[in-house]
This record gives sequence, C-alpha cells and structure tokens, in this order.
Amino acid sequence: MNRKKNEEVRKDGAVEATQSEETKEKKKTKKRGSLGIMLSLIVLCVIISILSPRFLTVANLTNVLSQATVSAIISVGEFLAILTAGIDLSIGSILALSIMMLGIFAVNMQMNPMLAILLALAVGTLIGLFNGILLTKLRLPHPFISTMGTKMIARGLALAVTAAQPISGFAPSIQFLGNRSIGPVPASVILVAIVYGIMFIFMTRTSTGRHIYAVGGNVEASRLSGINVHKVLLIVYALSGFFAALAGLLLVGRVNAAYPLAGTDYETDAIAAVIIGGASFSGGVGKILNTVIGVLIIAVLRNGLNLLNVNSAYQTVAIGVVIILAVYLDVIRQKSAPVQK
Amino acid sequence: MKEDTNILELRNITKRYPGVLALNAVSMNVKRGEVHGLVGENGAGKSTLIKVLAGAHAPNDGEIFFDGQSFSALTPRQAMGLGISCIYQELNQVNYMTVAENIFLGRELKTSHAFVDRKTQVEVARELLADFELDIDPNTPVGLLGVGKRQMVEICKAVHSKAKLIIMDEPTASLSEKEAGELFKIIKKLRQQQVTMIFISHRLEEVKSVCDSLTVMRDGEVVANRRIEDVSVDNIIKLMVGRDIKNKYPKVETQRGDVVLEVKGLTKAGEYENVSFKVHAGEILGVSGLVGAGRTESIRGLTGADPIDAGEVYIHGKKVNIKTPQDSIRNGIAFLTEDRKGQGLVLLETVEFNTTLVDLKQFKTRKPFLDLRKMKDVAKQMVDSLRIKVPNVTTLAGQLSGGNQQKVVLAKWLLSESDIFIFDEPTRGIDVGAKIEVYNLINELVSNGKAVIMISSEMDECMGMADRIIVYHEGQVMGELDRENFSDEKIMYAASGYHI
Repeated sequence: MNRKKNEEVRKDGAVEATQSEETKEKKKTKKRGSLGIMLSLIVLCVIISILSPRFLTVANLTNVLSQATVSAIISVGEFLAILTAGIDLSIGSILALSIMMLGIFAVNMQMNPMLAILLALAVGTLIGLFNGILLTKLRLPHPFISTMGTKMIARGLALAVTAAQPISGFAPSIQFLGNRSIGPVPASVILVAIVYGIMFIFMTRTSTGRHIYAVGGNVEASRLSGINVHKVLLIVYALSGFFAALAGLLLVGRVNAAYPLAGTDYETDAIAAVIIGGASFSGGVGKILNTVIGVLIIAVLRNGLNLLNVNSAYQTVAIGVVIILAVYLDVIRQKSAPVQK
Repeated sequence: MKEDTNILELRNITKRYPGVLALNAVSMNVKRGEVHGLVGENGAGKSTLIKVLAGAHAPNDGEIFFDGQSFSALTPRQAMGLGISCIYQELNQVNYMTVAENIFLGRELKTSHAFVDRKTQVEVARELLADFELDIDPNTPVGLLGVGKRQMVEICKAVHSKAKLIIMDEPTASLSEKEAGELFKIIKKLRQQQVTMIFISHRLEEVKSVCDSLTVMRDGEVVANRRIEDVSVDNIIKLMVGRDIKNKYPKVETQRGDVVLEVKGLTKAGEYENVSFKVHAGEILGVSGLVGAGRTESIRGLTGADPIDAGEVYIHGKKVNIKTPQDSIRNGIAFLTEDRKGQGLVLLETVEFNTTLVDLKQFKTRKPFLDLRKMKDVAKQMVDSLRIKVPNVTTLAGQLSGGNQQKVVLAKWLLSESDIFIFDEPTRGIDVGAKIEVYNLINELVSNGKAVIMISSEMDECMGMADRIIVYHEGQVMGELDRENFSDEKIMYAASGYHI
C-alpha cells in the first residue's frame, strides 16, 4: 500500500518523490534507533552473562531491577525536562530534601504515614514548581543555571533540617514500596511499570503530552499556535520534582533511613539514561519507554562490573565513557537527520 | 579630477539557488571614486549581488574585475584583501568592546612584546574620528552608541583598513534625518579621498542627491545603468517596477460582507504608530510597504504575539482584549507567520502532529484522552483537500517542500475554525506552481466569507490578489487604495513616504 502511494507521489513531481524516499530512509533509521537501544541492552546482558555465570540468576536479576527502580523513577522527570530542551540538575537534592522531610513528618512528628508521604511528595513537587517559576516567570536564561542553584539550596536545607543527622525507624507502611514484594515481584518494580504506563499514555494520548513535545520542538511555533508555553514548562518541572520525591520514597523503603546526602549525583545518571534512551539534548525528540531501557543499560553495566570484581574506580570510568558515547550518538543522530532545526 | 577608469566591472554574474534565479547575467561598471547607487524592489537581487562582492556567495557564472584583476569568485578573505568593505544593516560589532577595539578588531596593533598596543590604538582611533568630525570617545563601548554613530564607527573601520570600495546596504534605513545628514557629509569626504562607494537605499531622493550614477535592478537583472543627472525619481520608480504582470494571479470576485476586524490606533514605540484599518468578510486586504516598515510587527502586536503600547481591536463590532496568541485564536484569528520553519511548524514532528496542534480540544472525545484515530483521519482529510503532497501523515514536516509546508500550516489553522486569516508573505520561497495553489486556497477562504489579510513585499502579488491595499511607511499606514486605483507608482510613492 505504501509503495502504491509513493508511486502516486512520484507522478506528481520528482521533488516529492525523492522526499518520500528520504522518508523511507528516515523511517528505517528511526526504527533502527529504537531497536538499537534495546539491542545494546541485550548485547550487554549476553556479554555479561558469558563473563559471569552469576548474572543470569533470579536473585541477581531481581536485585538489578529493584536497584534500578529509584533511577527509573527519577529519570522520568529528567526525560521531561530534556524533552523541552531544558535540564533539571536539582533532582538528586530534591530527593534528599523530600526524604528528610518525610523523616521529620513520619518519625520525628509521628504523623499518619499516608499524610507524611503525601506531604513529602508535595515538598518535591513544590521545589520542582519553584524551578519552573525561575524559568518562566523570572525568565532565567537556562534551567542549567536555575536548577543548579536549586540543587545547592535543596541540598543545604536537607543537611540543615536535622543538622546532618540521618533519620531511621520508618513505619512498615512507608517502607512498603521500597522493600516489599507482591508475589515474586518487588513492589518497586510494579510501581515503575505503573508510572511508565501512565506516563506513556500521558505523553501520547493527552494534549498536555503533545504540548510538551511541541514546546521542545519549537517554542515560538507552539506559542503562536496558542499553547501556553509557561504552563507547560511549570508542569514539566513540577512533575520532575514530584518524581524525585517519589524515587526518594523507594530509597527510604530500601534502606530504612533518610540521610541528607542521599541522591548525590543521581541527576548525572538520570541525564545519561535519558540520552542513552535516545532523547535529543536539543529537545522535541525522545520516547519515554526508551528512557527505562537507558536506565537498565546503566544498571546492568554497574551490576556486571560488580560481578566481575572491577574496582569501583574503574566502574566510574566506565560509566563516564558510556555517557560520552551516548552524547556522541546524539550528535551522529542529529547529523544524519535530514531535518535542520 | 576623477580618473575615468572602472574600479569594478561585473560581467554576466549569474547566481542560482535551488528553484530561484537570484542573479541573471548581471553586468555593471563602477567608476573609481564615484558614489554608485543601487536600487530595486525587495527581492530584486541587490542583497545577493552584495554577497557576491563581499565573497559570502560564489556566483555560478560570470566574471568579476576589481582594480585590474579578474576573478570568477571571491572568498571573504580575498574581498577584504582587495579592499572591498561592506557595511551591512546588521552591524558586525562586539557591543562590549570599545570603539577603538572594534575599529582594530582582527587587526590589532601589537607592541614589541606581542601584547595589544591599546594606547596607540586609541590614539589612531581618535585621529580617525576627528578626521570625520565625529564626536565619539574611542573608549566608549560601541553598545552604548546609537545606530548612527555605530555605523560611523564601522565606516572608520573600513577606512582604516584602506578600503577602496565601501558598500553600504541601506545605511539610512534606521537613521534619523540629522544622522543621515552626517552620513552624507562623510560620504562626500570619502569621495574626495577617492574611495569608491556603492550606496543602496530605498529612499530615492537620497539616491538622487548622493550618487553620481545608478544601477536599477529588477527580478535578478540589471534593467538600467544611468548617470544620475539623466534620471528623475519618477523614472527610477518606473524602472524599478516596470514589469508586465502576466496572469499569475487567479483572482476571483467575491461578495464583500460586514466589517469583521477593525484595528484602531495600534502603536508600539519605535516600531509602528497609530495603525488603523478594517477588514470585511469576503475580502482580501493587501498590506504593502518595504521590509522593516512595521507591517509584520503591527500584525504581531494585533495577534498578541508581541506586546503593544496602545490600540484597540474590534471583532464583529465588539471590542476585544488580545494579549496573547491564545486570546487571538479564541477570537477567531489565524496568523500564518512569514517564517514557516521558525514559527509555524514543529519540523521534527509529523504532518499529523502539526495539523492538529492548534485545537486539540476537538479530539478529546473521551476525556482526557485524545482520539488518535480521529486525529489521523482528520489530518488525512486535510492532506487530501489541500492537496498536500506527502506519502502519509506520519511524514515529518521538516521534510516537505516550502509549498507543502505552507499548506500544512494552513491546514492547522483551517482546523481551528477561524474567521480571520492573516498571511505574512504567504508565497515567500515557494515555486511558481505552488504559489498559484496557495492563491487558490486563499480565494477559497474569501469565497467562504472569511476575511483575509495578506502582507506581501511583492507588489504585483499584492495588486494581483487584494481587493484593497494599505501601504506602510516607517511604521505608519501612508495610504489606502481600492482595486480600481491600484498602480505600481502609487504604492511605491506611498512606500517611499509620500501621501497618495
């Protein structure tokens, strides 16, 4: 059917014909790109399972998955920020401040656990909203700067609220998401599946989702098309803060403690995951489900290097190499794309 | 006094862009030490010609003789080395650097220790400025100077680099009368120093008084080479516009209805002033004038794309408050911008995404979810009815030709069910066949009782399609013409600042 259409087009004019050829070509590369990410993950798994027999065991894989959950949740927010051609450097610190507040509410003040959780999520969301306000209302030039400021503010506050003391002794209901399983499956993994399911529908089936892509692709065209660009950006950064707090909730459950240096450098992993997942740094291009594959690639790599007893110093080197490779892939993708922004 | 030799000779310079012949066998001679005027409508090829001389573009064909040497093309470095200096409208200056630093930018004076010799630079700059009787401190950052003074600094830079030919691209466009007077004094002084100049301007009186000879361009060709004393302003206008209008415009007769949109006293300081006009249902209002006369700016103000200082907008006789593009869309105004790629489309997204972008509400059949199938169907319908040539609606907008991109933008606004369609340069960069299709679509709109405003820099397009034309000059509406009174000359007069 497609070919028939192409032929029709060819009759209409040579220029259009070559364009449809380009489209075909583009489609191929697009598919290859999406498949490529999945393929990298599979190849990585195969290599590691050959090198270490311990990799392909239920216990290890469950461990990899549940360790990846915090990163998976926090990367959703980073994905949104990068999709709008922005960035959020504050998510690691937002996570820390949210869980310290969770500790204060739930442990120190003995609040109702559900209420404490909601308040902690609200803290994260509000700081995210603050990032959005800096960007839209105060018109700070780029979120790199504003979220870097927020990163320091939130980290400082996280240390200040308990004079740098960790809080432990959380109620089982608060720890549930982080350390319980439903049947054989960790609750955190189920949460990740639900979050990505909802976000997939949000990004593809709602007008706000489309607006996020539009704003990332072309701010001015979006504005002139009647899209409230400021509202879209506020939503994006508020969501980013929310997901940072939600990731924090998983972390608290896993380690049964809130500590002020939690989440340090998580934003770097999240950015790497999003870029490895094929989102473009210049905005407008990216798929939410590929982000979780990006997260898994980093998690499997870390786990594999651990199993192979690679010195943690070299693990850091390896992750750094992967990040640079991922950005380089972005560059190549941009070059091969026939569309100039 | 003058040597009777040509410093510059162009022979059959031809420059093609994909689909456009920008320069068609252009030949012109510029005598040593003269001020040579270059005039023509927007798009006549003046800018391309300058770019060829400055080495920014290589011609496809032809020869350039400069100062006795022959070239088939110049590089920017060669042009500079030969002493060709170009003062563009957008000045290439570093705002934070001082006047002296800018004059010596790229050719800094060095002390014996390889450091920049600031002291000497300032002294030399001071002498240069004094030479032209300019009251400018060489230690001022250029960013703090007005446009006029910055231009003078740029000229000083050219003079200091021993330029033999200085090309000035509409130098007076952004100058006050007083500043222009100062510029003319400098031009006179330069001529005494045997510096040759090419002077481009839309202000023909100026050209008459400043230049020694004149080249007129039209549609990429040179139509006349004259001594200045042999032509009058009237002659020049006739030469600039005198083309035969073929039946390129499929204008249809429509029933003119009530006033749909009325604009009163739209003002934005420094851009446009007291702009007022009306548009009726079923009519095309053409908006003519030179680039930079405030046409696009005032429409952007009207549609909430940029803020305004004052002015009232009435739609169907009711006063409306338009502060953002959303307000404008809510009031039934569709604004198809001049810059399709930059402001009209999300190039990395599909045709379907772009056509449905403005009004996503209508696709929320099962709230809050979008009905993806309906969106695809509607996009397909639009592609068919507008005859957009794409393999399917999932093709990326950035891969389409200009004409098809314009149609996608139109499809987007058709779906928003607007009453008022504003087209800013609807056929810019579109080839002739596709132009006629765009005209037919515009005709369809007015036949269906929509009101259309069409901003166009192509005078014959404006006259070919519009029912009425308003002409802008320097931010003001200089005049209004009904179809029976359309003429090139009248529009050109109004666009040059004369009341008609």
